[in-house]
Parts: sequence; C-alpha cells; structure tokens
Amino acid sequence: MRAKQFLSSLFACLMTLPAWASVDIQHWTTPQGARVYFVENHDIPMLDVAVDFPAGSRLERAEKNGVAALTHAMLDQGAGGLSDIAIAKRFADVGATLGGIFEQDRAGVSLRTLSSARERDIALALMLTVLHKPEFPESVMRRERARVLAALRDEESRPGEIAQKAFYQALYGNQGYGLPPSGTAKTLGRIKRNDLLAWYRARYRAGDAVISIIGDMSRADAEQLALRIAVGLPQGSSAETATGSAAMPPVEKRITHPSAQSHVLMGQVAIARSDADYFPLYVGNHVLGGGGFDSRILEEVRQKRGYAYSAYSYFIPMAQPGPFLIGLQTKNAQANDALKVARETVARFVAEGPTEAELTQAKNNLVGGFPLRIDSNQKILGYLRAIGFYRLPLTYLDDWGKNVEGVTLEQIRDAFKRRVNPENMSVVIVGGNAG
Amino acid sequence: MHLKTALLLIFIASPAGAGVTDVSLDNGLRVIVKEDHRAPVAVSQLWYKAGSMDEHNGATGVAHVLEHMMFKGTEKVPEGQFSKRIAAAGGRENAFTNRDATVYFQQLQKDRLPIAFELEADRMANLQLKDESFAKEIQVVMEERRLRTEDDPQAVVYEQLMSVAYQAHPYRRPIIGWMDDLQNMVPQDARDWYGRWYAPGNATLVVAGDVNPQQVIALAKKEFGPLAGKPLSLRKPQEEPPQRGEKRITVKAPAKQPYLLMGYHAPRLSDVEKDTTPWALQVLVSVLSGNGSARLTKHLVKEQRIAADVAAGYDGINRGPGMFYLEGVPSEGKSVSELEKAIRLEIRRIQKDGVSEEELNRVKAQAIAGDVYQRDSVFYQAMQLGELATLGLPLDLLEKRVDMLKAVTADQVKAAAKLLTDDKLSVAVLDPQPIVGAPRKPAMEIDHAR
Repeated sequence: MRAKQFLSSLFACLMTLPAWASVDIQHWTTPQGARVYFVENHDIPMLDVAVDFPAGSRLERAEKNGVAALTHAMLDQGAGGLSDIAIAKRFADVGATLGGIFEQDRAGVSLRTLSSARERDIALALMLTVLHKPEFPESVMRRERARVLAALRDEESRPGEIAQKAFYQALYGNQGYGLPPSGTAKTLGRIKRNDLLAWYRARYRAGDAVISIIGDMSRADAEQLALRIAVGLPQGSSAETATGSAAMPPVEKRITHPSAQSHVLMGQVAIARSDADYFPLYVGNHVLGGGGFDSRILEEVRQKRGYAYSAYSYFIPMAQPGPFLIGLQTKNAQANDALKVARETVARFVAEGPTEAELTQAKNNLVGGFPLRIDSNQKILGYLRAIGFYRLPLTYLDDWGKNVEGVTLEQIRDAFKRRVNPENMSVVIVGGNAG
Repeated sequence: MHLKTALLLIFIASPAGAGVTDVSLDNGLRVIVKEDHRAPVAVSQLWYKAGSMDEHNGATGVAHVLEHMMFKGTEKVPEGQFSKRIAAAGGRENAFTNRDATVYFQQLQKDRLPIAFELEADRMANLQLKDESFAKEIQVVMEERRLRTEDDPQAVVYEQLMSVAYQAHPYRRPIIGWMDDLQNMVPQDARDWYGRWYAPGNATLVVAGDVNPQQVIALAKKEFGPLAGKPLSLRKPQEEPPQRGEKRITVKAPAKQPYLLMGYHAPRLSDVEKDTTPWALQVLVSVLSGNGSARLTKHLVKEQRIAADVAAGYDGINRGPGMFYLEGVPSEGKSVSELEKAIRLEIRRIQKDGVSEEELNRVKAQAIAGDVYQRDSVFYQAMQLGELATLGLPLDLLEKRVDMLKAVTADQVKAAAKLLTDDKLSVAVLDPQPIVGAPRKPAMEIDHAR
C-alpha cells in the first residue's frame, strides 16, 4: 500500500511539474562574504535589486527596542552628503523606486529601476550611497521618530494591532520576537543618533548581506554590482546574539477595547525556517487553516456558522522558532463561541490529522498552483531573498513540488502531534466584551 | 492611509502593449484577450457592470452581498464546490465589488482555463440563492463591515465624507452597505439583483496570460455562448447637482490620532479625444505626493513637520463623477486645522504660481517607468482592461495613457488646480474619543543628554 501510494504521487508530481516550472538561480559569494542570488531575465527592460541583513527587531536589547526599525527607516533620509529630499528627488527623476522590508529577523532595501543605462546607473549609484553612507542626521531622526510614535498611536486604536502585539508578547515575553518591531513610546525616547550608527555598523555588514538581483542585466554586470555593494558596506560579520526563546507558560489575555468585534488570536511557539517538519506542517496546515475556503477552520467558523469574515491558521517559521497562530474576528457577543469552535477544530485535527481526500486536495492545489508563485519578477525576487536569508537550498524552487507531493498522512499526524499542543496555547482576545 | 492603493491603480496605469483581441458573442458577452507569454499561467476575470452605484436605498450593499452569494451553489455545482474545484486545479480565485462593477477572478495554469469558464458560465445563469445560505452569509458580510469599517476610524471618516459630499449621486452610499440595510436585507433583494444585472450583455470576460486568443474565444463561445441574452434594466444618470458652498463634518470615534480628509468635486474622464483635465489632475496628484520630494511630503512632513502623513488622490476614471482628495494626520502638537490650512496653502500656491518644469519632468519620468513596471503583473494588466471595458472607454487607452500624461503642460496643471475651489469642497475631521478601558500609555520619555 505504502509503496503504491508513493509511486502514484511521484507520478502525479512528474505530470504536474513540467520542465518550465523552474527558475535558473545563479549563486556566488563575493570576497567580502556577501551571498548573491541572481536571475537573468530580459523580458522587461527593468531591474530589481534587494540587499538584506540580519538586522530585525529580534536582535535588539529590550531597553533600546525600536533601534532596528528606526535605523532602517533612516537609511535613505540623508546619505553621502545628500539630504532626504535630494535622495527622493533623484530616485523619482529616473523613475526608480526604493523600497524596504523590515521584519523581526531581517531588514532590507530594494530598488526597482529601468534597465536603460542612464536611469539604471543613477539609481544604482544612489542605492549604494544609501547603503554605504547613511548619515542619520539628528534633526531628521527626531522627525522620523515622531512619525513612528504617530503610527504607534494609530495602532492603539486598532484591535487587530493590539492583539498582534499582545500575542507575540504572550509567547516570547519582553525579548526577541516578543519585542514590538517598531519599539514603544518609552524605548524610542531613549534612542539616540549614536545608537543608530552603532546598529548600522554592527548589523549592516558585508559578510551577512544577502544580495538578490533579477532582471535585465548580464552575469558580468551582476557580479560587478554585487562587488560594489559588498565593498562599501561595513566589513565582517556580526556576531549573532540571538536571545533564545525561554518557554513562556501559556496565558489567556483579555484586553478591553471599544470595538464592534473581538479579535481572537491563539497559538504557541512552533518551528524555525530550517525545521525538518516544515513541509508536513505546511501541507497539513493548508488543510487546517491555511487553504482559505478549502480549510477546516474557515469552513467551521465562517461557512457553517457565519461567525467571521476571516479565520485562519499559520505557521510563521523564522530564523528562530516562530509562532503557530490561529486568528479570527467576530462580534463581541460571540467571541467565546467562535474561540470554542476554533479550539475544537484544532484539537480534532491534531488528534486525527487530515483525511486522504483532504490531503490530495491540498497537494493538488499547492502543486498545481506552483507556477503562480513564480509568474513575475516581483514574486521570484521574494523567493531569492528568502532562499538567501534563510540559507535554503538553491534547488528550493525545483524541489518544492516534490517536497509537497512527498508529504504523507502519517507525517502530518506525527508532526502535528509533536509540534502543536492544543492544551498549551496562549489566547489573546481584544474587544468590547473582553473584560 | 486610505487612498494609497487607489492612487497606485490609477496612476501606474498604462500600455498593455500590443496583442489585445476584443470580440462580442451573439448574446452580448464581450471577450477581451491579452497575450503575455512570460509565464505559463492565465488570469480570467469576469466583470459585471453592476456596482454599488446601481443600488437603491434600503438595499445598499446588495451588489456585494450577491458577490458573496455567487459562491453558494447552483444545481450542477453545489455550495462549496466552486472554490473546491478551482483549488483542485491549482487555482486561486476570489471576487471584489466596487462602486462601478463586480468582478470574479481565477488565476490558473494556462491549460486549466476551461474549468474557470465552465464554472463562471454556470453561475451566471443558474445560481440557486437558497434562504438558509443567505441567512449565514449575511452574518459574514456584517462581520466584514465591522472589521473593515466600524472598527477602523479612518474608514468611518471616508464613509461619512462620501455621504455628505454627494447628495444625489449613489457614490454617497458605502459599497458594503449601511448596517441597517444589511440587517434588514432579505434573500429576495439578492435574487432581484441577480435577475437584473447578471446577464451576458452586462458582462466582460477578460483573459490575460500565456494563451492563444482564438482558442480562448472558441472556449468562451462553447461555455458562455449557449446562455440567453436578456434585456437590461434602465440606468438613470442620477447626476449630482452643483454644490452650493463648502461642507464640513466632524466624526467622533475612539482613536488616538486625529485625521483630516478633504474631497473636491472634480471632472472625470469622459471624452478621451478631448479631455485633458483628468490627466492634468493625475499629474497634480503626483506633484503633491507622488514621491518623497513631492510638495506636500516635502513641505508639510519633512520641512514644516506639521503632518505625520499626508497624501493627495484623484478618482477620475469611473462611471460616476470624479473627486480629488487630500488627507493627512497632523504631527503631535499640531492641530487638524493647522494641517488643513497648510494643505490649502499648497494648493493656492499652485493655483497662483503653477508647477515647475522640473516637477513636471519628474512626474513624467515616474509615469514612463511605472508603465514598464506594470508589465510584471498579468493580473494588473487584466484589471486595467476590465476597467476600461466596463467604463466604455477605448482599450487602446492602455497604450495611450502614458502619452496623455506626457503631453500635460505646466499651464494645464495650474488650470486644473484652479478647479479645486472652496464651493466644491467637503471636509471631514476625525475627533478622537477616549479608548475607554485601554491602559494609558506613558508619553515618550526622552533621556536628556547632560
């Protein structure tokens, strides 16, 4: 039985993953230690470049919470003798856009530019200035800090944001992933210009940089570009001082808020990106709460009972073990009922696992939908950045379908039983009936 | 903030390039195919020209409720099976409703398009609309309203401003509907809506991706061709009467941050051969807040530090009337009225002195680049075509749009800015109310250096 099933799923995999479903990723490391991921594609005369660092909020000290986000926000607010406004002007003049990502693990900068020589050269030179010579002007820092505080005040009126912060704090305490990514009013007040400079010098290093490039550029030019990026960064690697996640006892936290709905989040610390259980848990969760209208949680909470517009579950695998999270929002009076349904759905799934039919349906959706994951430069860039940052295999995209296809019912049951404990979850409820 | 996505949609708009095929079936269904062979995928979007602007009082939100009900089954495809079958084919699918249209879409591997067509054609004619499904789904829609509007103070401000800025035109009503209308909606409201607007002659099928247009059209004929055409309801123009002076409202909601939203009645694009003002207004938006050095951002956020955030926006490519928006959040210690004054001063400066060639060139460079970047998304290209078709605008506007923007002169921008007069303005201000029960956060503590 087992062997036959294996063969048939392998066959299905070969059928559904023809040769075109791959991306030719070129990879090398610069002499400074920067890891480069490059996809050459001349279909559209444009170029995307991203440079990421392990410089997210996880690595902060609690008393300076917010320094990572503020450093990241300040990179293009004055650099190499150019003012914030001059930098913005120069990018806009060539139609280039500078973007950024800031997460708990990583901080990064991305550039999209036309590949025509004049526009490209100006945009790339300016990106190098931002990466290599940020000045963190004192007065601009005060302004940007005030804007972060304004955004934090805005979040205080949003039950979803309040719940999110309380959830991470419940799981991780006041450290690592438990720190609010943008900091707090109290900790931001302590941050000085020197803190930003020190953070930049320690965390934006060539030896840690992940450079992702896709678009209308030759390999030789990409090598040159990667070298220019790496040479001008602070050299060396930062010592990873990740605070291990001390296990927090599960809590139930109710926060009163004058909202029409209660936001309910439930979960626990689960897996890191490198975890061997990644695929069984990912595919299993597609059945439980990740597959939208094809998932049990949405079926039970929304389709059967009309309790919520959105209801889901996710693993959020990061550099360190990230959360497993179940979420929904419902009118205050029915928060406890909806929570009960979500709890029972998770408990039943952990106890029994998916059915054969559910697993087949999930695999068909995931494998059959794979080409949609890589149908634009934007999406491929996202994969390059993740592969580089989390040190996933270069064949990650090629193997993805096989890895999904290979997951068995038994692996899912086993992984969920070991990694998800419905009796041991923290719960956060923010809403009008919460007190 | 609120306007950003809308802005992007309008502004980064432009050429789809060559390769657009446009035909109509005998029953009135329009089929548009855009070839893009970069990846072996296709998107199918079915646009019904029926949005919240076609609703009547007492049944606001019904366009969107019907959108939800479209997933609730036909005789051939029982409830829940639509999504299941698309998912089994590796597809992604959803739908959205706006003021002008309701749109259903699927993204799939290119050779799996037939399943999408088969299912869409079936529910165009055979929806069951059972009472018990309706009873549950209307609860879901009310939860959606609570999530997206009631508990989002800025969304409440937007809803209230629209209801004041427009007196007669149906744009005054929220797309999701008033809560009271949702509470009192009955299945027959949805049935009436379905009967009135869901017909081949009121729909446009847009397919973009790695497809052969002739094969797509043949497939559309096979699946949609047998559906009977039917006469459509009469649409009334419901023109908005001229505004007779500035309007101003205060919205109280639990919040920590004040918020300002201003809307000026403005022209919309109607005659593509002659209209220049809508393009000039789009350029004006970009001059005001299109990048980090644009006027509002530079002056109010970066230099004067009156605003924590500020943006301009323009809805000018719609079935209904156009509107020019300004919005902002004042910095701590600054009032909403100081912010409003500063924004209006910036508008007056352009009305008086116009914009520089440098600013104009910057905006055009952004438009030209944006035109290239949008080719990265097949879904977005299909969106553009569906929107133009639904508005009755020529499809080649996709290619011409960038030229229209490039042709805008500094004088035209100045003239467009002069249309933003006080008598056409409505202002809404969010007056934050205490968040009772929430712990008071301490004010920022600054460690003073020595």
